[in-house]
This record gives sequence, structure tokens and C-alpha cells, in this order.
Amino acid sequence: MEARPIVRLLTCGSVDDGKSTLIGRLLVETDSVPHDTVAAARSTRRAGSIIPAGDIDFSLLTDGLEAEREQGITIDVAYRSMSLLDGRRLIIADAPGHEQYTRNMAVAASRADISLVLVDASRGIRPQTLRHLTICSLMGVEKIIVVINKLDAMNFDKNVYDKLIQELKPTVDRLGIKEIIYVPVSALEGDNVVYKTDRTSWYSGPSLLDEIQNWRERTNASRHSRLGVQLISRADNFRGVSGTVSQGGFAIGDEVVVLPSERKAKVSRLVTFDGDLQEVEAGRAVTMVLEPDIDATRGDFIEKAGDYTQPADRFSAHLFWLGEEELIHSRSYYLINGSTMVPATVTAIRHRLNINDGDHESARTLAMNEIGMVEVATDSPIPLTKYGENRNSGNFVLVDRVTLNTVGAGMVVHALRRATNITKHSYEVDKKARSTQKGQRAKLIWLTGLSGSGKSTIANALETQLFASGIHSYILDGDNLRLGLNKDLGFTKEDRAENVRRVAEVGKLMVDAGLIVIVALVSPFKVDRDYARELFDDGEFIEVWVKTPAEICAQRDPKGLYKKARDGSLPNLTGVGQDYEPPTEAELVLDGTDEIASNVEKLINKVL
Amino acid sequence: MRSSPEILRALENESIEILRETAAAFKNPVLLYSIGKDSSVLLHLARKAFYPANIPFPMLHIDTKWKFREMISFRDEMAGKYGAKLLVHTNEEGIRDGVSPFSTGTSEYTRIMKTVALRQALDKYGFDAAIGGSRRDEERSRAKERIFSVRESGHRWDPRQQRPELWRTYNPRIRPDQTMRVFPISDWTELDIWNYIMLEKIPVNPLYFAKERPIVWRGEQIIMIDDERYPLRDGETPEMRRIRFRTLGCYPLTAGVESSATTLEEVFEEVMEVKLSERATRLIDGDKEDSMEKKKKEGYF
Repeated sequence: MEARPIVRLLTCGSVDDGKSTLIGRLLVETDSVPHDTVAAARSTRRAGSIIPAGDIDFSLLTDGLEAEREQGITIDVAYRSMSLLDGRRLIIADAPGHEQYTRNMAVAASRADISLVLVDASRGIRPQTLRHLTICSLMGVEKIIVVINKLDAMNFDKNVYDKLIQELKPTVDRLGIKEIIYVPVSALEGDNVVYKTDRTSWYSGPSLLDEIQNWRERTNASRHSRLGVQLISRADNFRGVSGTVSQGGFAIGDEVVVLPSERKAKVSRLVTFDGDLQEVEAGRAVTMVLEPDIDATRGDFIEKAGDYTQPADRFSAHLFWLGEEELIHSRSYYLINGSTMVPATVTAIRHRLNINDGDHESARTLAMNEIGMVEVATDSPIPLTKYGENRNSGNFVLVDRVTLNTVGAGMVVHALRRATNITKHSYEVDKKARSTQKGQRAKLIWLTGLSGSGKSTIANALETQLFASGIHSYILDGDNLRLGLNKDLGFTKEDRAENVRRVAEVGKLMVDAGLIVIVALVSPFKVDRDYARELFDDGEFIEVWVKTPAEICAQRDPKGLYKKARDGSLPNLTGVGQDYEPPTEAELVLDGTDEIASNVEKLINKVL
Repeated sequence: MRSSPEILRALENESIEILRETAAAFKNPVLLYSIGKDSSVLLHLARKAFYPANIPFPMLHIDTKWKFREMISFRDEMAGKYGAKLLVHTNEEGIRDGVSPFSTGTSEYTRIMKTVALRQALDKYGFDAAIGGSRRDEERSRAKERIFSVRESGHRWDPRQQRPELWRTYNPRIRPDQTMRVFPISDWTELDIWNYIMLEKIPVNPLYFAKERPIVWRGEQIIMIDDERYPLRDGETPEMRRIRFRTLGCYPLTAGVESSATTLEEVFEEVMEVKLSERATRLIDGDKEDSMEKKKKEGYF
């Protein structure tokens, strides 16, 4: 395998482990630092420094994070570029080591080829060392180099070095790390960093820099060729699909398949600004012309026909939770890989991983910086591979549908269900036929609002009137459903999301049966209601906000819930212990203090 | 150290991927064009990204009215050459209030004529994404920038609330009150930029090359007198010196260096030799360590 021109390195470990000094020395001894900066590091000394005058204080060159902490500047991954001695580029991602910045480290690890895990030999293995190894392993960093540093303080004693390796062994074995190297180093005095030292005669391996330069991308014979379609390029008499080859390669004449549609075509041109190519390799941005010019859109993938990635809609995955708000099981998120985005739900949390000792713990949710093994269901099939096979085609991020922040980072373990195994069967008698037979148009009216706002009363009055007019209808009442279908659910955010999902699915079946369905459900969260709306065709879903002031609902208190909330026996009552998110695009807003008859009339106008 | 063609191709491909993602994921993106060498590279990359189609977004220049004259002529020439629509915006209120590099402190001048002007322009045209040529090697607060970097309402940058950015899976979604800044050449270094300009024969501004120019000294700084608006001291007359510029900006605020480099090769040799962090010659960044983070929080690029 040819050496990659750009290698990405992650450094982890805290400042006390000598990380700044190590990076500083790497930079200076490869001539990667501006000379005036080096001069400043010779003349500047911080209080208490014992570095002789005239020597370089290497830690001053890169000591961003610690200084930033003192100054109150934001702490994050900092990137630096340096040249390897063979002319290739090394991009160093310097990640903060403290536990509260674990997610920043995961970000840096996601793109790292090599990771340096620093160990201070004078202090031994610490919990964070194991945490860093776990994250590097999970994020698929190909080569992990454990830098046993500060050996100058331990007289370069082989026993110290051996003992530390022994101590790490159980963790390394448990994680199944394939490539791990240990290098004895003194960053302060320069031993085995760029140049080999004669003070570790017992160590026969290369210097740290040589270990970095020796890395070659692991070849994986089984991996597919793949291009993610970013956009359709159109010019005079020209149409092509633009994207980057993420793995493998393509040549003119290759038979390819567009995923997830699985339509086939041949590669007829590979267009770049610098002229057409005969073939393209991984990493290259290109515009591909297909023959015939079949329909491919942004978010599709192109792979070679034959052995290609089967689209699936259920995955098991390691999920690194990044969001400040914890994971809500059953809630719909956006799932992104490359240019593909589909709604997706975490349907199960199998376990949470204790990143310090590797234990599997049971969990109902994941908080920030926690990692879990989860099951994810996507609304439509997408072709993701195992993360272990390829990082580009096996990753995804989850995005909160309201804040649009990136809240989760996923690594596919398995595609659980081939989407092709379950196909929707179409029956002759369909929704339209059933509706027509009943002389009505099937719809779902979704009444949302606080408890006591009058949803059930309005639903009842509406159905009475519909029934009298010979219309076929049914009420799905939140409280009634909790006596049966939903009796396993409580009132946490997760359970409310699942409650809405089930009611919406049942409602969809009933609409399919040709009925007018009236849902009376608090459904306080916008994201859950939006999820419900998406299940229906345009115009079928009518969101109605029964807007009644909270004081009036509390006065009415038909079920005594507000009283319970006040005395503390009901923690999650909407409007008291939990927020109600008002609809922003409701088809209809009813004032719950108005006459019932006038509200029913407004609804009837909307329905019929 | 020269950047090998392999490194430059790898950087180029990643930048193209980011530019395409921006064009496809946003309704109304714009390319911030500052006329400097980084902008030249960005524009060139945009043409490559969308070829054979045209660059699908306009370029925007924030004109403080104190730019070198050679910058303005070059700007118009490049817009024509690359076939992209050019938009120019000036903070007219600032002009009306008499804000200038001399009457106003440099940081306040920058805030009004660059930061505020940029915010005005983004709002005026309703751009939802602005592509900039910042690089992580320029300055510490830039080193922790995302490639797709969200700005809250009022174009504020909140460095503590940045979205985690993993793999090459970007999250280009924004709420209606947010906008996005996009930095396709984040991973490039100054030397990469020069090497790429040589490799691809990209036109760059003549101010980067040494020429006899009228200058005055302000302390250690060489200031070129580009027009009659510059307040000379009593009895002072500009002298002719052979100078060039390492960065481009407002002429009263951009110091030149004495040089004899008249070709790209010679300029590159000089850059290699000096290896000073390039922003040292730009007067506005000289204040505190955290000044860039502060400016960026306010909406500066």
C-alpha cells in the first residue's frame, strides 16, 4: 500500500503527562515551528521553571490548553500541521484529556490514523489512560502508540517500563486492540522522540517519529468501492453525479449500482477540471457520468455492481452520546452519513459501556460522554457497512430534530435486518377504496393540549355529531389507551415519545381502514408530534391545539392530577413538572374556554 | 519545506468535497472574497468543484473603501475571469459617521467596517452559509474552528456550543435564526497555499510581488501611501522603496516588507526563509492573545 500523503495523529493524555513538551519537541526537531517562536521559547520562562537558560522550553510552543484554561478561553481540540522527514504531512489533533472533554477526544479520534497515549512513568497507569485506550479502540484508530514518558526521572529503568506494559495488558486484551506499540521516551530530554537514545539499550524498537512514519493504511481486500453522491452537476448537454470516492476505486466501463434504489448503469465518463480520467482512486473528488443516465440524487451511493452493500433499516451500533440533553429512546432523530439523511429512532439500549473498566451496565438512557450499544431503526433503508470494515461507510451522526445539533456519534456493528426481507404487501382494496365505500375521506385529527384543556370533551362532542351524520369514526384517547396497549409506559420523555409513536401507528392503520380518527393526547413535545405527522399523507393529519390557560386547566382538574402534582406525588405532569411545547404549525387552534358547540363546528368545517 | 503535489491533491480533494456539500445543502450560500491569496485559492477550488458547471454561488467582498487600489482592480478582473457574480458591500453608516483607520481605534474600525459590514451584507442578501478562507494554522482560536461552524442569531460565534464534527460526516442543518460559516481550507498551511498557487498557476494580486512603491515609516512598520487620504506628518514626503506585502487588507493598516521577490518562486523562497507567523504584519491582531476569539464571537471571519 502506498503511503498516504497526509497522516492524522491524535495526542491524548493530560498536560501533566508531558504532552505539550512531547509535541513541542516533535515540532522543533522536524523544523515545523516558526523560528521566532522557537527563539521566544528559549528566552521565556514561566514561574518555577527549572529548564536551564538558553534551552528551549518545548512546552511553551504548544501549551494551548492549559493556558487557555487559566485565561477562560474555550478548550477544544487544537490542530497543528508538521512535516514528516519523508516530506509527508502530519496533522496533529491535540485533544484535552480531562474526563469532561471526553467527547472532544472522540471527535479527534474519529479521523485519527494514529494515536499517542501518554503515560507518565513516574505516576503509573491512571484511569484516564484506560479511558483513552477504550475510546481510541472504539473509534477505530488503526495504530495506538503508548508513549511511556518521563523515563529520565526513573533512570531509564527497564523494569518500570515492563511493569507498566504488564499493567496495561488486560485492558489491551479486553479491547482486542490489533496494533499497539510501546515506546520508552523522555520528551524533556529528547530520548527516542525523533532520535534514538543510548540510554535505553534494552529497547530495540524505532523512535517515536519513526513509528509514526512507519504507519501504513491497513489494506482491506473485502471492502467495496464507493462514491457518495453530493450533488447533480448540470451544464449544457451535461449531467453527472459529483462526489468523492471514499473507498476502492472506479474505472470507465465499470458496471455500478445506485443505492438504495439498486438501479444499475455503467460508468461512461470520469470528469474533473483537469481533464477526464480513465480511473479514480479513493480520496478523489470527481464527477461521474452514468450510461444510461439513471436517476441518482444527493445522498445516494454508487458502488460496483456485484458485491455491494445491502441497504438496511435496522442497525446495531456503538453510540457515543455528545448532546447535553440525554438520549431519548423512541424519539425520532435525523441520522446522517456523508450526504445522506434519514429520520431514525433508537429502539433499544442493550447496554452502557463503562469506559473505565469495560463493564456492560444496563441503562435506559445515555448522558453526555457515555457510550452504549444500541439498536437504531431508520425510516428508509440506507447502505451502511460495519464500522470495523470501513470508518467512512460505517459511521453516522444523530441530529436533534429541534435544535439541529449533533447529539450522537454512531459506529455500526451489524446491519440487523435486510430491508429486502420485509416488503410492504399491497392489497387490492386500499385506503381510497375503503374511504369511498364509506362516503368519506379518511383523516386523523390530533388534539394536543394540557391535561384538563378539554380534549376528551371536544373529541366526544365531535364524534357524537359525526356519528349522527353517518360518518365512520373512532376516538383514540390517551388515558384509555394507557389502560391497555400502552399500560407499560410511564410519563418520562422517552415513554411519552413511545406513547405518541404507538398512537400514531394505530391511527395510521385506522386511517388506512378509511376512518376519521380523533386522537386526544397531551403529546407535549413538538418533535414527537412532528414524527406522527410524517407518517401520514399530505392533508391527512390535522393538528389541533386545544389552547386553555394552565390556571383554568388546574382549576378544572377533572382527574385530580394537578392536586397530585402540587403535593409532589406526580412529578412529570405537563405544564407543572414538564414543559409543554406549543405547536407552531397547527392546522387549527381552539380556545378551550369557548363553547363546546362552536369548537366542534370549527372542527367539522376543517374535517369535511 | 515544499508541500508535495500529493499533499496538495489530498487537500484539494477534501476542500472540493466541502464546497460541494455547501452548495448542495444550503439554499443561498456565498463565497467571502477578500482578494488575498487564500481567496484566490478558494475561488480556484470552487471552479474545480463544480466544473463543467459554473460556480453556483456569488462572491461577496466587504469593501471598507480603504483597500489598496490594486486590490479593487484585481477583484473585478477575477470576477470576470471566474464567471462568478460579484457583490460588493460597504457599511455606509460607518462612512457617514466618519469611521476611518485614523479617526477610530483599529479594533473599533475593524468592528464597524468589517464585522458589522459583513453582518449587514449577510442579512441584506439572506445568505444562509458564508464560505471563508480561514486556515487553522493562522491563529489559535482558528485552530479550534469547525469546518461547518454555526453562527447564532446576530451572527454570534459561541465557541463553547460548537457542534462536534466527526469523520467526514458533516451536519449542515441550521435553524431559521442561524447561519453557517464554512471553512474549506482549514487544514491548509501558508506554505501549502503558495505551493498550490505555483502548482496550479493561480493568479494572485500584484501587491504580493516586490515593486518600487511610495512608503512612509510608522515605527518599524512600512506603510504604503496608496492615495492622498493618508495623513502625512509635517514636512514628510513618501520615499520610494522596493516592497511587497505578505497579507492584504486596508492599506493604512497593512505593513509591507522590503523585498526583491518579483516571481512566485522568489516570494516562496522568502516566505520559507522568514517563517514568521504571517499575521504579525497585520496591525489589528497585535493586541491580546484572545483578541481573535473575541472578534470571532462578534461575527468576524
